[in-house]
Amino acid sequence: MSELSSLEQVEEQGRARLLAASSLEALAVAATQAYGKRSQLAALTAQLRGLTPDERRSLGQEIQAVRARLEAVAAERKAQLEASQAQRQARSERLDLTEASSLASARSGPLAEPLSPPAPRGHLHLVTQVREELEDIFVSMGFEVAEGPEAEDDWHNFEALNMPPHHPARGMFDTFYLKAGQPESVLLRTHTSPVQIRLMESRRPPIYAVVPGRCYRRDTPDARHIPVFHQVEALVVDEGISMAHLAGTIEAFTKAFFGPGRHARLRPSFFPFTEPSAEFDVTCWVCGGAGCRTCSGSGWVELGGCGMVDPAVFAAVGVDAERYTGFAWGFGIDRLAAARTGLADLRELLYNDVRFLNQF
Amino acid sequence: MRAPLSWLRDFAPIEGTPEDLARALSFLGLVVEGVEKTGPVLPGIVVARVLSTRRHPSADRIQLVDVDPGDGQAVQVCCGAFNMEVGDLVPLATVGTVMPNGLPIGRRKMRGEWSNGMLCSASELQVGPEGPEPAILVLPPGSAQPGTPVAEVLGWQPDVVFDLDVSPNRPDCFSVMGIARDLAAALGAPFQPPAPAHVVAEGVPRANVSVADDARELCPRLTGTVIEGIPEVRAPAFVARRLVLAGMRPINPVVDVSNYVMLELGQPNHPYDLERLGGAGLVARRGSPGEEVVTLDGAVRRLSAEDCVIADAQGAAVGVGGIMGGRAAEISDSTRTVLLEVACFNPRAISATGKRLGLLSEARTRFERGVDPELAPLAVDRFVELLGPGARRGPTADVRSVPPAATKVRLRASRANLVLGTSLSGPDCARLLRPLGFVPLPQGDDELEVEVPSWRPDCEREVDLIEEVARLYGYDNIARSLPPRPPGQPGLSPYQRDRRKVRDILAGAGASEAWTSSFCSLADLERAGLGTDGALEVENPLDQSQGWLRPSLLPGLLAALRYNRERQAGALCLFEVGNVFARPGPQDDGARPLAAVVEQEHLGLVATGQGADAAYAVQVWQVLAQGLRLPGPQLLQGLLPHEGQPPHEGELPQGGGPTLPAPPGQGQPFGPSQWLSGAWAALHPGRRAVAHLELGAVGVVGELAPEVARRHDIDGRVAVLLLDLSRLLGHPRRAWEALPVSRFPAVDFDLAFVVDEDVPAADVGLSIAAAAGDVLESYALFDVWRDASLGAGRRSLAFHLRLRALDRTLTEADAAGVRQRVVKAVSERHGALLRGG
Repeated sequence: MSELSSLEQVEEQGRARLLAASSLEALAVAATQAYGKRSQLAALTAQLRGLTPDERRSLGQEIQAVRARLEAVAAERKAQLEASQAQRQARSERLDLTEASSLASARSGPLAEPLSPPAPRGHLHLVTQVREELEDIFVSMGFEVAEGPEAEDDWHNFEALNMPPHHPARGMFDTFYLKAGQPESVLLRTHTSPVQIRLMESRRPPIYAVVPGRCYRRDTPDARHIPVFHQVEALVVDEGISMAHLAGTIEAFTKAFFGPGRHARLRPSFFPFTEPSAEFDVTCWVCGGAGCRTCSGSGWVELGGCGMVDPAVFAAVGVDAERYTGFAWGFGIDRLAAARTGLADLRELLYNDVRFLNQF
Repeated sequence: MRAPLSWLRDFAPIEGTPEDLARALSFLGLVVEGVEKTGPVLPGIVVARVLSTRRHPSADRIQLVDVDPGDGQAVQVCCGAFNMEVGDLVPLATVGTVMPNGLPIGRRKMRGEWSNGMLCSASELQVGPEGPEPAILVLPPGSAQPGTPVAEVLGWQPDVVFDLDVSPNRPDCFSVMGIARDLAAALGAPFQPPAPAHVVAEGVPRANVSVADDARELCPRLTGTVIEGIPEVRAPAFVARRLVLAGMRPINPVVDVSNYVMLELGQPNHPYDLERLGGAGLVARRGSPGEEVVTLDGAVRRLSAEDCVIADAQGAAVGVGGIMGGRAAEISDSTRTVLLEVACFNPRAISATGKRLGLLSEARTRFERGVDPELAPLAVDRFVELLGPGARRGPTADVRSVPPAATKVRLRASRANLVLGTSLSGPDCARLLRPLGFVPLPQGDDELEVEVPSWRPDCEREVDLIEEVARLYGYDNIARSLPPRPPGQPGLSPYQRDRRKVRDILAGAGASEAWTSSFCSLADLERAGLGTDGALEVENPLDQSQGWLRPSLLPGLLAALRYNRERQAGALCLFEVGNVFARPGPQDDGARPLAAVVEQEHLGLVATGQGADAAYAVQVWQVLAQGLRLPGPQLLQGLLPHEGQPPHEGELPQGGGPTLPAPPGQGQPFGPSQWLSGAWAALHPGRRAVAHLELGAVGVVGELAPEVARRHDIDGRVAVLLLDLSRLLGHPRRAWEALPVSRFPAVDFDLAFVVDEDVPAADVGLSIAAAAGDVLESYALFDVWRDASLGAGRRSLAFHLRLRALDRTLTEADAAGVRQRVVKAVSERHGALLRGG
């Protein structure tokens, strides 16, 4: 019995000490005193050895319970002290942010001051710079720049693009799905093409649009693939648009971006959303067409896919395929940026190392 | 699909260098992934005559063989096989030879005896499979003089292999014949399909073949043919050679011929060992629930009613139709009679079954794309022919549950010209289509009625034929022109122009742009001090660290800061413009592209290093607001955690978000999602403010909460600016207005007020401006001073005022009046005390 009553005392004393601690340091000391190695609680534990097994078990359990309660008190006190310390820090460091924006014109309001310390000019991202250059080339050719959401539904990303459920061509895209709505109904767009559908759904031709944006494919990152990447594509829908216009537009873009003397060529290919479909190559940017390792000696490098909009796509968005024809093409901006700069590994784009960013 | 040139030439006289042919294939849409030139075949391996065989004095498993390699000199080799006799012709790999598997042959001692080369087995030469016993390939007597290269005896020549990536719409090109047909058409060479003899032997029974009524859809055609007299040795040497070049391995005569026919014609087929089947019959039926079959790869496959099962005459499943045969009736070296199944299956059903069973096979690859239903009889004849003269076949039982139907498609030359930009006539189109097997019938000048060959299921519509016309015409021959200029040239939208301006302003302010991943983990969000409510989860992430979509740019930017600091970067200032995602909250009504997702374009900036504190973030905000002419930029602050929520977000107008396709005037409305309060919680409670414009809050500005910085191993302060870009840029702008500039001199004076810490300097400034009236040109806070002498919780704010009138020179009395009004107003409104006043 004496052990039990002294146990109560020990607990009461320990609790009082812990609650009285007014700093984290003091709390640590109080905790050692309350249930540390040299505490009375520890001494009581040591006395257990002299008892009968039954006594040992019941008293031992009591001691453990007391220890657990004291630890809980200590944890609670610690949280209180930390919170008030954070609050004290918040108060002591409190700053009137409007002191930093103090220059004002009496009539037109606050004036921005020169930044201090004065900083050297920063850097736009390589991908941004290439994207803007591509946009500008097409804007100068009379295109608008269209954008759309990165989280998409199955209709815009697949079905309306002539890839109904279970279409084998869906296997060409490894898709990330989101836990939203019906299973596999909401996804991260695998290409910028859903914006084609949104454009054609929202208005009648003529449409001359270029679509840059972020896309997602479930590819394990390697030197040539990153799961989050950027694409640009174009869509033209009008009366009398032909493959000659497609080839001419790509040729014009190639010259504008890569320089005079550079050409593009089309090779037949297959995409569910275009017919006829093609892949397009451009004059190798390393050797200028003479043949080198980059182009495997052919003088050409594959850049992207293109084709005439498939009538099935027009049917999905209610455009009269007898009256209108159109073309579309697309390619990866990151790859183009990598090609232009000689960047060998696309994964560099994932790190945002300033030694990389600040080169451009 | 690997296509050896020698094999392609079986079908057409194809001429040209490998490079020219590769280019021609590419321009047909058959992507050439590689061109392999085999070089000399089996160099260093010659025919030798066995002169004598002797026991090895100290080994039982090898013997000594003397051979004559053609020069009459006896050469001793050690050999582990005992199947040759004196006088036999055998292949000798001479010293210095490198075997097809890469093994170099040298002169070496085996158990004390010299071996000057190696006698070769069929599998070492890749002529046939490894036998059960070691055996040297014994060549037919008299087939060659000793010393002749073995390749010559086998009829093997250097070859070129085109490795092609065949697109899924061209099932016919999953065969050498199909590739040859396209290539011949492009080169203008006559194409000749194989024409094996059709000889039915007397006395060989007809198989009993049927398709269950409910399986007609799954199996449009099923044929069965009994073949007796299977050769015991091996398939012809050219079969083995071509299989190896195509990437397969010789196994035994029946399997080799089966594979050869599949590669050559594109017709998968399945030979069963008739003696291991329950009778000479085959049934195509649906699987029954719980039914199982062991496939050739040894796996137990559980079947369903969606699967087409091939069963024997007694009803036992012997294979998964069109995908893989069963182990029970597998061909072995002792097979003497075969029941050959050549069939056609429904592509969609094959795809579904294959996917469900996780079973890839050459047959599935072809059937799920669509195999020519008319090919079966030719495939059977070719199969028998390749087995050699000893093979005897019975009549073929042929069940067609779906009758053959010719596809006819109308093609207008005028339409082709419209789509392609060409000027082709009807006869031009006909001329281009015919070599591919299309049968065009002219219907007037412009129109053709085109019968589509059975091997081109991809050609169902006019546009499909137009693509064929274009392929054969040559994409390169299509003239190039630019489209007519579109009416009205929209260029960049105001939103897009302003977004570029934002980037330029930030870069001009010294920040570098980052692109961080759109993925994050819940731990990333918690570490950044953000809530996790409303975050969107990815169903199938690459790994758990990328299991969620970012609801804020902050975690990615902090990760980038940490990455750079771990690499000893000094001061850093990074920004990003990108989309963030969340589940819609109760307040998020209004039109969105997707009901289930709120997606917004945000701007985030973080900076560390000397001077990168809350004041810096405020300066960046000011620079942005001024650069974009945003009206009424304000900072709402003073809210500590126990003091409540951030200021209420005001009503905002609708404006152009980053999504274009909404019709004009109905842009994406600003959904008041929860992101502001999340971002608020991540900031230093004493150093944060809500960035506010005339019509409402657009983001937060300040310093990162110290514990968040600590959790990212960042010591020191981190300036943070997080803005909803679509709200910011959707905001109406200050009007363009040229304020008159006075030509008169100014009167300057300073005023220092002691005010409570709680009074924002900006409020004092506004009071100064209001009290001073029109003659105040500008004012600036130039000093903040804190000292015990000012009283607890008080500080001194020193302002510099510049007075100037538009129409006259101000007098001392004017200035004194203004000074008096200002002092009075500030003292009354803010409880301020004029220092030194």
